[in-house]
Amino acid sequence: MTDFAIAPPRSQSRAVRIGLRWLLYVILGLFALYYLLPLFVMITTSLKSLEEIRTGDLMALPREVTFDAWKTAWSGACTGIQCDGVKPYFWNSVLIAVPAVLISTLIGAMNGYVVAHWHFRGANIFFALMLFGCFIPFQVVLLPMARVLGLMGIAGTIPGLIFVHVIYGIGFTTLFFRNYYVTIPSELSKAAKVDGAGFLRIFWSIFLPLSLPIIVVSIIWQFTQIWNDFLFGVSFSQAGTQPITVALNNIVNSTTGVKEYNVDMAAAIIAALPTLLVYIVAGKYFIRGLTAGSVKG
Amino acid sequence: MAPILDIKNLYKNYGAVEILKDINVSIEQGEFLVLVGPSGCGKSTLLNCIAGLEPITRGELHIGGRNMTDVSPKNRDIAMVFQSYALYPTMTVAKNITFGMKVRGVDQATQQEKLQQVARQLQIEQLLNRRPGQLSGGQRQRVAMGRALVRDPKLFLFDEPLSNLDAKLRVEMRTEIKELHQRLGASMVYVTHDQIEAMTLATKIVVMKGGVIQQIGSPAEIYNRPANLFVADFMGNPAMNLIPAKTRANGVGTKIEIARKDGAPIVLTDTQNRNLPEDVILGVRPEDIGEPDHRASQTAQAAECMVDIVEPAGADTFVVMQLGGKHVTARLHSETSAQPGKRQQLAFDLGKVSYFAPDTGQRLN
Ligand SMILES: Nc1ncnc2c1ncn2[C@@H]1O[C@H](COP(=O)(O)OP(=O)(O)O)[C@@H](O)[C@H]1O
Ligand SMILES: [Mg+2]
Repeated sequence: MTDFAIAPPRSQSRAVRIGLRWLLYVILGLFALYYLLPLFVMITTSLKSLEEIRTGDLMALPREVTFDAWKTAWSGACTGIQCDGVKPYFWNSVLIAVPAVLISTLIGAMNGYVVAHWHFRGANIFFALMLFGCFIPFQVVLLPMARVLGLMGIAGTIPGLIFVHVIYGIGFTTLFFRNYYVTIPSELSKAAKVDGAGFLRIFWSIFLPLSLPIIVVSIIWQFTQIWNDFLFGVSFSQAGTQPITVALNNIVNSTTGVKEYNVDMAAAIIAALPTLLVYIVAGKYFIRGLTAGSVKG
Repeated sequence: MAPILDIKNLYKNYGAVEILKDINVSIEQGEFLVLVGPSGCGKSTLLNCIAGLEPITRGELHIGGRNMTDVSPKNRDIAMVFQSYALYPTMTVAKNITFGMKVRGVDQATQQEKLQQVARQLQIEQLLNRRPGQLSGGQRQRVAMGRALVRDPKLFLFDEPLSNLDAKLRVEMRTEIKELHQRLGASMVYVTHDQIEAMTLATKIVVMKGGVIQQIGSPAEIYNRPANLFVADFMGNPAMNLIPAKTRANGVGTKIEIARKDGAPIVLTDTQNRNLPEDVILGVRPEDIGEPDHRASQTAQAAECMVDIVEPAGADTFVVMQLGGKHVTARLHSETSAQPGKRQQLAFDLGKVSYFAPDTGQRLN
């Protein structure tokens, strides 16, 4: 009976709720479309022939799917005078990104561990300076860094670029790990000290095994930064050591002959694939790691 | 033989803040020392100093006759159980227990043998392959104990090891720890804020407040002859009655006058001739106030009091009155006829009373 009495207003509000929900979906759908459109254009264009691009509609699906542009982009496109495609530069990027990501993550973990669990004189100032490092714009360090690389004798080399990215990344990775490790109770390291473990032993046996979520965060963050970097890549490389972002720029900007949009698009997608892959593989750990709290002992 | 633990004039500062002040404690082989005090009084800090996890600011600390000032925790021959248990979350129970031996390079066979021995002792054999996250609070507690026991150290340190357990389990584990101590004959330092734990476990109690030791003594000494008002109030449940009173020496003994809300003051006679100031705080345990027929003691003195509240508690019944402007609790038999709002004959046993100076709080007798 009472149900009956209050039924009309309730069903009304329910209709409103459903309406609002649909409106929300439509808006979200439109946004998704808007953001996916460039990707759609890139993929379809990369699968078309030059002929079709010139005559056809930008939005249309390819009439005839061809992977020629991808082949050219990978191993035949010209970057200036050389015509080896993006392949060598792709491997350059791998050779730069993988060690730089691993080294900066490891150093960040170690720094975070020290700042969070080994209170030394000036620890707070040290950490504040590290944080400050996160906010220094790339452009500011270009000239001093060039000088340092020159003095170290690794200017224009891949180890040089690794060094630059490690230095620039440590601020961020230290921040990640420090914030994660302060949530780990200090009694844990005290127990290990009484058990006889030293500085490194406690790090390897107790802290690192607990760190998977934050390691994933650090790897995704660092990989994205380093793989997508253009400024350091273009400033501190020479012929033969350029990363893929620089090569892509050169392909797109080389003005000899006709503009091969399909090749440009294919090269751009190849350049973006690894970061995409990292997100898909490790994405769910990323969110989990960012929100991970303390270890319930 | 040198004491197992000997602390002399120990001070500990954090920055400019003095946390521990002039600590002097020593224990012999096989003693069970309990550090008790309200939270924040520096018990954990003192324990960390003993363990070497915190450097001491001044003073000396010897373990087994050796000066420990520059000795790291791992070389102090101690084992420690922490309040949060501090089990290594990614390791199994077995790995948790053997970690210390592994770090010290003990061979596999010995590790396994000791592990099995400790697991049997603590009845955690079926848990060895689990991780701490898969254990209940009580099981974690046992594992933490196991990690300490397996070391077979010169000195055990416990930092409130039972405070995270529920009441029933806490009592059970308390008994087990006591039994363990008796069986092993080991030396232990045990921190707690729970005075009952202190009374039941200790062979020697150290009562602390604000980083200063208030009293050191056996449980009986601490209970019967508290050194000051703080100890008197802190140890015992219900707490000791601390009643403002006036005294008057009269040749054969001491007259003690306690004001009452309604009617003339109660006058009791302490037959011992004590040299007391006029104003004192009289300390009487609730069990030293009872019905006259139950207290046929020579030193008992009867007086009629107005009962305000009656609280049956199973074996005993507590009654609360107003004396000297304070709530005073008496512990009566469960079959007492005391009624709230009625007058009741009560006997005060003056044989075991304490007298304190109202201004300094120090014991007078
Ligand atoms: N690392 C530290 N730095 C500064 N002050 C501390 C530190 N550790 C503890 N204290 C202070 O020392 C006092 C005693 O702490 P603690 O020994 O943990 O007390 P308890 O164990 O008796 O509860 C507290 O007031 C606490 O705030
Ligand atoms: Mg404590």
